Amino acid sequence: MNGIRSSYVYRRAVDRAVRAACVLAAIVALVPLFLVLYYVTVRGIGGLNWAFFTELPKPVGEAGGGAANAIVGSIQLVGLACLFGIPLGVLAGVFLAEFGQSFFGRMVRFAADVMAGVPSVTIGIFIYALVVLPTKQFSAYAGGLALAVIMLPTVTRTTEELLKLVPEALREAALGLGVPQWRTTLWVMLRTAAPGVATGIMLAVARVAGETAPLLFTSFNNRFWARGLNEPISSLPVQIYTYAVSPYEDWHRQAWAAALVLVSLVLFLNVAARVLVRNRVRSR
Amino acid sequence: MGRLHTDREYEAELGSLLERVLFMGARVEEQLVAALRAYSLQDFAVAEEVVDSDNQIDRLELEIDQACIQLLARRQPVASDLRFVTTTLKVVTDLERIGDLATNICERVIELEGTPTSIRPKIIIEMGESARNMLHDAMDALVAGDVRKAQEILARDREIDEKYASLFPVIAQQMCADPAVVDQLMRTLSVGKYIERIADHATNLAEMVIFMVEGRDVRHLEAAEAAPRKERLN
Amino acid sequence: MMMGYSSAPIGARENSEKDVISREAQSPTATRERPQEEPATANVKMRAGDLRAFFGKAEVIKGISLPFPENKVTAIIGPSGCGKSTFIRCLNRMHEVVPGARAAGEVLLDSDDIYAMDPVRLRRRVGMVFQKPNPFPTMSIRGNVLAGLKLNGIRPDDPDGLAEKTLRQVALWDEVKDGLGRSGMSLSGGQQQRLCIARTLAMEPEVILMDEPCSALDPIATARVEELIHELQKQYTIVIVTHNMQQAARVAQYTAFFYMGELVEHDETNVIFTRPAQARTEDYITGRFG
Repeated sequence: MNGIRSSYVYRRAVDRAVRAACVLAAIVALVPLFLVLYYVTVRGIGGLNWAFFTELPKPVGEAGGGAANAIVGSIQLVGLACLFGIPLGVLAGVFLAEFGQSFFGRMVRFAADVMAGVPSVTIGIFIYALVVLPTKQFSAYAGGLALAVIMLPTVTRTTEELLKLVPEALREAALGLGVPQWRTTLWVMLRTAAPGVATGIMLAVARVAGETAPLLFTSFNNRFWARGLNEPISSLPVQIYTYAVSPYEDWHRQAWAAALVLVSLVLFLNVAARVLVRNRVRSR
Repeated sequence: MGRLHTDREYEAELGSLLERVLFMGARVEEQLVAALRAYSLQDFAVAEEVVDSDNQIDRLELEIDQACIQLLARRQPVASDLRFVTTTLKVVTDLERIGDLATNICERVIELEGTPTSIRPKIIIEMGESARNMLHDAMDALVAGDVRKAQEILARDREIDEKYASLFPVIAQQMCADPAVVDQLMRTLSVGKYIERIADHATNLAEMVIFMVEGRDVRHLEAAEAAPRKERLN
Repeated sequence: MMMGYSSAPIGARENSEKDVISREAQSPTATRERPQEEPATANVKMRAGDLRAFFGKAEVIKGISLPFPENKVTAIIGPSGCGKSTFIRCLNRMHEVVPGARAAGEVLLDSDDIYAMDPVRLRRRVGMVFQKPNPFPTMSIRGNVLAGLKLNGIRPDDPDGLAEKTLRQVALWDEVKDGLGRSGMSLSGGQQQRLCIARTLAMEPEVILMDEPCSALDPIATARVEELIHELQKQYTIVIVTHNMQQAARVAQYTAFFYMGELVEHDETNVIFTRPAQARTEDYITGRFG
């Protein structure tokens, strides 16, 4: 009797200990996130003012100025990346979900997985060689392209995995109604997987919005408004980098502010995407 | 592929039903044999016994009916099982009637107590034997699922009908010859009637056996049409 | 004094008696050779001719020929793995959607060879209802009913009218008319299945295939769907696969019994359930299976 009793006590203790350890680990994992948010907010909030959002950077030495072009530039770059990356990635994901068992399919999947691990600076150099050199200039297009290439593997694999999660019963239902295969895949399977795919896309976008290294070789930087997408363009990450390594206190302050803006942008994108998708599902 | 039901309890229930039917058939045959003996030997004691035992037969009918209805409700039998249960319902009705008729014979015997025992036409004894054999063979056919045997029984009914028909002129003549025994003769005619009816019921049993085994309902058909399909020549 | 009968003595019953009866039913001398003819008067809407189906090398359906009379319900029964689901999926060419699967033989729909048809067009004429209700989760009730049309790019003249008509046909209208915008998944299992049937009906098919439509439903929902089948057969030809024999007995005029990929017996339901011709059929429906 005692043996059973004591083993029960022992087991309960072990259970409690492991549970505590898990909670502790979770807290530790979350600590960096909260620290970053806290720090950025505290340091950056001081630099946020009307000028920051509306004015161009002042010449070196002068105080004041803003990061309007960087903000707009970031938005434009991310927009271009989405334009190139999302359709391609989603369709590639669809391909993998439908035909992924073939040899070619497996090669594609392997390539996507490898690409996901390629350092972003390498991709920047690659686009530099491919686009910047021949066109003989830095451009937003090049920057957008680089970001798209970084986004691609994530979007592809997420789409594939989520499509596979959609029950086959829905495909059968659609086919049984005489809906052609391609329509079934796009308008039924993909549509059902859409919330998850959207989340995956948002994660990819969030990652890409903060990429600095590839932009250094492709979109470069611009202290003024870019007159077209064919010109170098400013972006928040590059601006942060430039200001942070500079010796000017004022620029440091602006760097923190820009960092705060960047983080907020990414947060906003995440939340907005979730909310939008959920509403769309409910209203149908 | 098994020949027994997967559900053993179901198998047992069906088996138990068959047992009860056979038991009832055996009891009814006993009653009939006793009644015929009572008639031919004018044994009033036996006749009384038969009359007293009739309620046992009636009880058996009620029990078996009850069992059939419960089987139908709980098991929803199909095909051969369904045919078995539904024919059992009819078979026990016929058996119970045979029991009643045997009792009726004995009642006539008791009424004739004390009267001179000269009038026992041989033909009635013969009819009685035939009817008893028909009943016996019908129960055999039921147990064995023997359609051929059941078939043969159908033909014998005609013989008994003919014998019964032939009784009338004989009895009529005797009545004219000796008016004092009209009473006895009437009762004798009744006994003949009962035996003829017993044969009819035994024929019903045979028809039920054919339906149970083959699913062919041969009631109210001419004997030729009721022959097994295999034997019918086009 | 007990009367013994020529077989076993009373009280010492062996298995033999009951066996004998069934044995007699199965023995060659007792088998009724009833010709299994089609009903001469009914028009045949769909017909399978020596249909074979394969998964890779394995032959799952071994040459089945079966007529489906118009505006009647034909049930297909048989033990698990006998090929009934595979067979019914051949009828609207869903079978070949599975990689490695193929079919051979002939299936005629009103004398059109379904293998010469565009499968998409075929599936609009031959609708299917599945075992587990599968309404589209991203669509509302109304959206689900009209889904087949919408996904095919067909614009109905009166979508609301069509939705109401089909929902009335499946006896769902009164239950959902105040909430057509609700998600299709908010209904109960039985309602979802009826919604799926409405979705099929909106395509105005000629034949409706049902693959165990009630196995995921409770008895009351099942009864409703069966009642619906009674109504529907007036306009459509219905083929229903079921593992519930009583259901086949209740809804179908004709029943076919499959075993191991072959057709064992096909006849009027009344006959199959009172005096089947084949011993295997008898064994299966009475529960004498191994």
